[in-house]
Amino acid sequence: MSELVKITIDDREIEARAGEKLLWTALENDIYIPHLCAIKDEKRPNASCRLCFVEIEGVDHPVTACTRKVEEGMVVKTRSPHLDRLVKTGFELLLSDHDLKCAKCAANKSCALQTIAKERGLKLRQKRFKLIERDYKIDDSPAEFAYNRSRCVLCGQCVWADREEAKVGAIGFTQRGVNRAVTTFEDIPLADSICTECHLCVDACPVGALYYKSDLK
Amino acid sequence: MSASGSEAIYQKLYEEAKKNIDGKEGKTQVLVGTATCGVSAGALKIKEDFEREIKEKDLDVDVVEVGCIGHCYAEPLAVIAKPGHPAVCYGYLDDGLVHRLVEDFLAGDDPSYEYALAALDRNDVFPTFEDFPRGIYEQKLILENCGYIDTRDIFSYIARDGYKALSKALEEEPSAVLEEVKAANLRGRGGAGFPAGIKWEACIKSGQDEKYVICNADEGDPGAFMDRSILESDPHLVIEGMVLCAYAIGAQKGYLYIRAEYPRAVGHVQEAINQAREKGLLGESIMDTDFSFDLEIFQGSGAFVCGEATALVNSMEGNMGMPESRPPRLASQGFRGKPTVLNNVKTFAYVPYIINRGADWFKEIGTEDNPGTAVFSLVGKVNNTGLVEVPMGTTLRELVFDVGDGLRDNKEFKAVQIGGPSGGCLPESALDVPIDFDSLHEAGAIMGSGGLVVLDENDCMVSVSRYFLEFTQHESCGKCTFCRLGTKHMLDILNDITRGEGDAETLELLKDLAEDVRDGSLCNLGKTAPNPVLTTLEYFMDEYKAHIEEGRCPAGVCRELILYYIEPPKCSKLCNVCVGSCPTEAIFTRDDGLKEIDQEKCVKCDNCLKACPPEYNAIVKLSPPVLPPEKEKTAK
Repeated sequence: MSELVKITIDDREIEARAGEKLLWTALENDIYIPHLCAIKDEKRPNASCRLCFVEIEGVDHPVTACTRKVEEGMVVKTRSPHLDRLVKTGFELLLSDHDLKCAKCAANKSCALQTIAKERGLKLRQKRFKLIERDYKIDDSPAEFAYNRSRCVLCGQCVWADREEAKVGAIGFTQRGVNRAVTTFEDIPLADSICTECHLCVDACPVGALYYKSDLK
Repeated sequence: MSASGSEAIYQKLYEEAKKNIDGKEGKTQVLVGTATCGVSAGALKIKEDFEREIKEKDLDVDVVEVGCIGHCYAEPLAVIAKPGHPAVCYGYLDDGLVHRLVEDFLAGDDPSYEYALAALDRNDVFPTFEDFPRGIYEQKLILENCGYIDTRDIFSYIARDGYKALSKALEEEPSAVLEEVKAANLRGRGGAGFPAGIKWEACIKSGQDEKYVICNADEGDPGAFMDRSILESDPHLVIEGMVLCAYAIGAQKGYLYIRAEYPRAVGHVQEAINQAREKGLLGESIMDTDFSFDLEIFQGSGAFVCGEATALVNSMEGNMGMPESRPPRLASQGFRGKPTVLNNVKTFAYVPYIINRGADWFKEIGTEDNPGTAVFSLVGKVNNTGLVEVPMGTTLRELVFDVGDGLRDNKEFKAVQIGGPSGGCLPESALDVPIDFDSLHEAGAIMGSGGLVVLDENDCMVSVSRYFLEFTQHESCGKCTFCRLGTKHMLDILNDITRGEGDAETLELLKDLAEDVRDGSLCNLGKTAPNPVLTTLEYFMDEYKAHIEEGRCPAGVCRELILYYIEPPKCSKLCNVCVGSCPTEAIFTRDDGLKEIDQEKCVKCDNCLKACPPEYNAIVKLSPPVLPPEKEKTAK
């Protein structure tokens, strides 16, 4: 059992387990910090979505809450002009590469991007960056679900579910740079891969890239 | 520890090496620089020419392959050491010159000084490299042996006190090596300048038995070749540095992470490892002590991001070469989850010198907080390109104008790009910045691993920043949001600007985005990728503005913003050179005999401008791309 310590988040004193990652402590205490890629059981956090920035007293630059361990006496801020600016840019960058058709999306109203927008007062339809055009095809080969790659935010939740929970290993990250994507080995349709269609990955997807066909409006 | 052994064993090795070398040094030797820089200039052919001519004349002369002497601008080059004469370096060699040198100097006795660059030994006849401005500023430490020793013969290294530091260290406790390196305040030469001793100590403090030493030779900055040259020219120096580190921290195994695009470096290092093993300087029971350590080469596949510590370890473990968030640091949890020291080639190269000559000696070179030297590959629009080593604290001005002998063709200096894609562009006003980790960081650039590109009036700073962004964007691994998408949008914006598109808001967006990518990215590739953009925005804002406000590229580089024009008063009707030079047949002869460019057909290749004879100089680049008014009349 790890020792209980006192920390302060946004002027609220909180009792937390030392060594736990700050993000989970904050979420448990109903303090919202935007996040997409964080997985509680993952030992070394992916830290790739770059949305959970917080400021810690004594640290001169923003740090990601998903990687930072709770320490006694820590004083944390989740909002500041600098933090808000970073989160806004990160969020808008993700949306510049996201097929934004909420009304037609299975994740409408349950989407993590919508949550972030609502919590932080950000617009989903950002105007600063040009939309990156993709001609990905929807993979609807599985019986019950489908994969729309142009909605994927590369958070890796599905890959974790597939490998660590389902223990299948049908999907993974591929390619580099702007072409990075989640797909099957050799990029074949899911139904032709070793995918067992257990759909744990669909349940894990926070944004409606992997979705049940029955949820489609 | 069988302490009495190692120095005695070394003494034997040294005598053996001396005997071996003396046998050769009594003879006339031709040392041909065949590092990659020499080879690409034709050094292997020159070596063959020497061998053939020497054989034809039946002379008793050895032709030896050595590494890079640092004067890459004059490649291919060779040093001729003939008893009775000072050793002399000849540059710009071709088969004719080789023939002449063999006939006059090797067969005859005329050193042909008219073709010599400089002598190597002090003498009364011909100046040495030290007599030139470059020699005054240069202080060779880790490049001391480069270009002078037979890279493929361990005796050549041992005869110059090679492995002496190791034998000395093995007589003492491992902590003595650590204390010396710490006392020397040796800062890591990979870019950030983190003190090596502190890194090593953290590794020891981890308390685990299994540890690793890795040498980062994944040099990937465009225009940088310091690490390659050192590995090709003096591989044992790096190996000895690694063994010393391993002894200090108690590691059993080490790796040299060398990119596969460096086949010569890989070859030379492998040969050196084999020889060191043979002589008992690597492997089980080094120099008969109970210390064992072995080295292996790991060839990287060339991804720039794999120079980042965690990505490098990931790629060695067979994972995708992508960075991880830190901590944990490598020193506590590195390769295979074990404590690991990862240092740059140059960092390891300093260690044998520090052990041999002491921390106090090292600290006398350079500045107080930045002891030692800095090694640069000096390239771009500078007269003397090459590999240079100067004490820390030398100013950029001295480096460019004295060591590099100023700009080519008397062009006007515009900027130095220092630190590669992670570095920045510094203008004339920053030339008096001393070269050290802290001062350069303050100026907005970084020391980086030592690439230094000199830019002149013909370089467009928007274009330069676009070039580096294109590089980092291409090399981004795509893991984190800011680097993956941020660099993409920054590149798109820069591309727009080179086409003259955009407004004040575009520049603001570019700056905001650059700052956010710097603050938000996961690893140092992303964090530093905006540096070329941020520094050019800071120092060369007028050039950005000229592009978007006037549609003008001041340096005449951005193709969409220039056109080529033949000035009628200057054009000679009798000359047809430009017509012949044009690959798209855009240039035609008008009824009045003057030449004219069909702008529709012109692809702006620059051929005609180069071809037009200097006595006419009739072709000009116009930016913004607008034809003079009277021209338009006649064109129709």
